[in-house]
This record gives sequence, structure tokens and C-alpha cells, in this order.
Amino acid sequence: MHRYTKWSLFREVLVVCAAIILLLPFWILISTALKTTDQVVTTSAFSFPPAPTLDNFIQLLSPAGSQSGNVYQGLFSSLVITTGTVLLLIALSSAAAYVFARSTRKLSDRIFRIFLIAIVLPTQLGILPLYIGARSLGLVGSPWGMIVIYTAMTMPFSVFLYSGFFRRLPRDYEEAATLDGASRFQIFTRVIFPLMGPATGTVAILSGLLVWNDFFTAVIFLNGSPYMTLPVVVYNFVGSLVSQWNLSFAVVLIAMAPVLAFYAFAQKKLMQGYAGGIKS
Amino acid sequence: MTITNGTLKPPETNADEPIAAKRTGTAGVGFGRWWWALPAVALTLVVTYLTTAVGAFYAFTDWTGLGDFNFVGFDNFIHVFRDQALLGSVRNTLLLAAGFVVFTNLLGLSFALALNRTLKCRYFLRALIFMPVVLSSVAVSFIWKFIFAYDGPLNQFLNSMGLGSLKQDWLANPALALWCILAVMVWRSIGFVMVIYLAGLATVPVELEEAAALDGAGIWQTFRNITLPTIQPSVTIATVLTLIQGLTVFDEVLTLTGGGPGDATQTLATQVYSQTFIYGGFGLGAAAALVLTVFILILALIQQFVARDRAVRED
Repeated sequence: MHRYTKWSLFREVLVVCAAIILLLPFWILISTALKTTDQVVTTSAFSFPPAPTLDNFIQLLSPAGSQSGNVYQGLFSSLVITTGTVLLLIALSSAAAYVFARSTRKLSDRIFRIFLIAIVLPTQLGILPLYIGARSLGLVGSPWGMIVIYTAMTMPFSVFLYSGFFRRLPRDYEEAATLDGASRFQIFTRVIFPLMGPATGTVAILSGLLVWNDFFTAVIFLNGSPYMTLPVVVYNFVGSLVSQWNLSFAVVLIAMAPVLAFYAFAQKKLMQGYAGGIKS
Repeated sequence: MTITNGTLKPPETNADEPIAAKRTGTAGVGFGRWWWALPAVALTLVVTYLTTAVGAFYAFTDWTGLGDFNFVGFDNFIHVFRDQALLGSVRNTLLLAAGFVVFTNLLGLSFALALNRTLKCRYFLRALIFMPVVLSSVAVSFIWKFIFAYDGPLNQFLNSMGLGSLKQDWLANPALALWCILAVMVWRSIGFVMVIYLAGLATVPVELEEAAALDGAGIWQTFRNITLPTIQPSVTIATVLTLIQGLTVFDEVLTLTGGGPGDATQTLATQVYSQTFIYGGFGLGAAAALVLTVFILILALIQQFVARDRAVRED
């Protein structure tokens, strides 16, 4: 049935062509970032520079460069906020999902619904009061405030995802651990949580990417502060460079690099995470 | 917890076990403590529900973000649907969402079908096509801003094809800018939809397809009568997710056009942002956000209803 025929070859060529067209923007991105300002104007956007230059990257990343501060600070803030959010999220959502998955009370089912509805509620309506609340607590423009807000925003989905995994786990583990004299806390941290590796991985990947790439919340809460995340830095930076596309694209590439590197190693896990996160 | 046929359903708990666990009481098996869930519940209640409720409250006031406010009833909503710019943003939002659903699903499904089996470089191509999904939408949108620029690649390409008369600043044309934004949104999400459909296609039984082929069914007939019914849950999920994504579009608009030229590409989400954080019209921004929320909730309700209906018919 699924032999490789001439028809398959035709389809293969067709799909490869379609993929090349889809990926053309990345080709333009890379070749433009390696051009000098003159070359951007004089050469075709599709052409690779005859003598690729790393000047744009050096200008952006060398400590002496005027913009390097912003780029490094953006990388640092993104890293701190994303890591902080993922750690706090995993701790809180796994504990909550575990309780809901094992509870037998009617009430806990009702409370669990809070998370289900929150998944579809859009952030736009709540963002204004959230901003005012955070401002009065001095959390606007602070990385700690962002960690709390992002944790709350990714919480419903993570609890939902974790509880699916917990419910599929037989209760024998707890029973055996109880017989061995483990406390409830030990059972969860030493026995149950380590078994949740795949769930933790999926939660970490999905929430981590969401936070790392988020722009809407970040631009509202962090713009102008010393803790702007990478998307906000890129947005401001490219906005201030009028049509200096080679420099802009160097910033874009630097901002993409960490995720691209991660993607190169974990693309299979990532795609599974997306598909599994939705279907599980 | 499963999304069956695209519905969120709390998973079934085994009815016998819990009672046994309860009987043994605290002295029995340890299943955690109820207060472990407290931080997560409290955080969600405060950051998601309380703020949304307060936001809905402000939608009925004329608050500017500072000082006192008055209740104005439905004035803000009347304003949203009377004011040309705001009404335009409602129209743009619906148009973008509809176009986004149609094109991402058509293209995503096409790529999923093409890369499902047989082809030699399918894993490699899947990874490449999925790549834009994981990248920052702001960063990716800037590539497209260059592509659409007056001296940019799109115009260069048209020139070389002898279509120089079409050369223009694409994002500065009020009639075209919205379509450019739609193109970028679709381009970014094809891989996302493709992955959902690939997961669905993996559940299509090969024997069934083979039997259909033996019975002389063509490609289209097999797709229509075997593949499509099997991947129905994926269709539902992909449609709902892309609709919600399309309705809340923000990053691409702000990066590519900033809502311009004029207000030609404003959407509800960008209006919420500009009314609230730039013009200080808190009440109006909240009203726009409430309209958006209601759209999405109606959608979620319809989807639940349809999925439940289907589940009943299947039983």
C-alpha cells in the first residue's frame, strides 16, 4: 500500500518546493543579517552576500557596542523570568493536580472546573485590573512580579495536563510507599513526582516557550523597565532602527538563537509536546 | 483528563477505590493534603477570575485609569459599535479570525496529509515547517516587515517577474495591509495545525484505507469517507484553537503595522492596548475586551455543545 512509487516521488518534489517557499523568509533573514548596510540596498534580497560579514553581530554583542547592554539584559531577563516561571509553575501545578486527581470529593471536581474555564478565558479583559493591582503592589517592571503573573497565566493549562497524567497512574505506588512508612509529602516528592517525567517535560516546554516568546503581557508590564524580555527588546530596537535591516535582522537572529538551538536538539519532543499537550 | 472530540471532560474516577481509601481515613494510604492545591487555586482565582470580573465592571464606567469614575451603563458598548475606528477593529478581528481558521486548516491539513507517510524526508520537513511556531512572533514578524517593504524582497520578486506595476509599500496600503497580516499569521501557524492533524492521522487504521483501496475507492473518496471522519476530533480542536488565536491576534499587528495605516488594521486586542495604555480610556478599552471575551465564550459554548451532540449521536 505505502510503496514508494513515481507518484510518491512527484509528491515529494512538490512538498519540498512548497517547504522551500515557506522557509524563504529564513533564508532572507540569514543572508541579510550577514550583509553590510550598502549591500542591503545594492544587492538582491534573495542573494547571499559574496563576502559575508559578522560586523552586525559584533556591533551588537561586543561589550563596547552601544546596544550590547540591551541585548544582554534582554537575554538575562528572559532567562530569569522563564526559568523562574517554569520552576514555580511545576511545583504549584503538580501539587494541585495531584490533589485533584486523587480526591474523591464532589467539591474538588467543581474546583477543578475553575481551571478548565480559565483555559479559554482571554487575558485581555483582566490585563487592565491586573496592571493596576500589580502597580499598587510595586510589581510592574519587576521580574518577580512577572514570574508570579506568568505562573498564574500558565497554571490552568498545566494543572489540566498534569491531572491527566496523575489519573492514569495506579494507586499501588502510594499504597506500597505507605506500607514502607513514607509520609504524604515523601510519597509525592520521592515516588510520584519522579514518575511524572514526561508530564513535567511537556509542561516545562509548553509554558517555557509561551513565556519566552510572550509579547502582549511583557510589553505592558516591562516596557521601559530595566527588565525587558527579548521580544520587547527586539520590538523597541527594530522600531528605533529605521530600515537598517541588516542590524535589525542580526538582533532578530540573536533573539531566536536560544530557541533555535533548543529546537535543533529537541524538535521531536517539542512537536510531541504540542500535539500531546492538546490531545492528552 | 482528556479532550474527547474536542470537549474538555473531567476524567472518570474509579468509584470503588476512593471509598476504600476514605474508610481507612487518615491512618490509611497517603494521597496528599487538600491544601497543597491552595496556591494554584488562589493564584488562578485572583489573577484570572478576579481581574476579569473587575475588568468587566470597568467596562460599564468612564474611568480613565486615574481618579473617580461614573457608571455609564452601556455607553461604552454603544461607542464600540458606533465609532468607525472601533467598529472597524471588530470587523478586522472577525475577518482575520475567519481567514486564519480557513487558511491554516486547509494548508496545515494538506501538509499533514503529504507528510504523513511514505515520503523520505517527511521527518525533516515536519521539523522545518513547525519551526516558526516555536519562534517569537515579534522576531518573525520583522522578517515579514522587510519582505513587504517598498525596497523589499516581494517587490524585487514582482519586478523580476515583469510585474513592476504592482510594486508598492504593501503595509502602507489600507486595502492590503490586513491581508498581509493574515498571510504572516497563517504562515506562522501552518506547522502548529499540521502537528495536530498528524496526531489525528496517526489514528487512522491502515487496514481500513487498504480495504477501501481494494474496493476501488479513489484518493478523494478514501479521504472523504475514511480519513476525514476519523480525524474529526482533530478538526474540532484545530478549528477552535485557531479561532481563539485569530480573535486575540496582537503581536503580528503591532509589529507589522501598529494598527495603521490610519486605523485600517486595528483589532480588538490592539484596541484594548491602545485605548487603555495609550489613550487612557480604561472604560472603553475594557468594553472592547469584554466584547472579545464574549465572542470567545460564545465560541467555546458552541464548541462544547457541538461536541456533546456528536458524542450523544455516536453512543
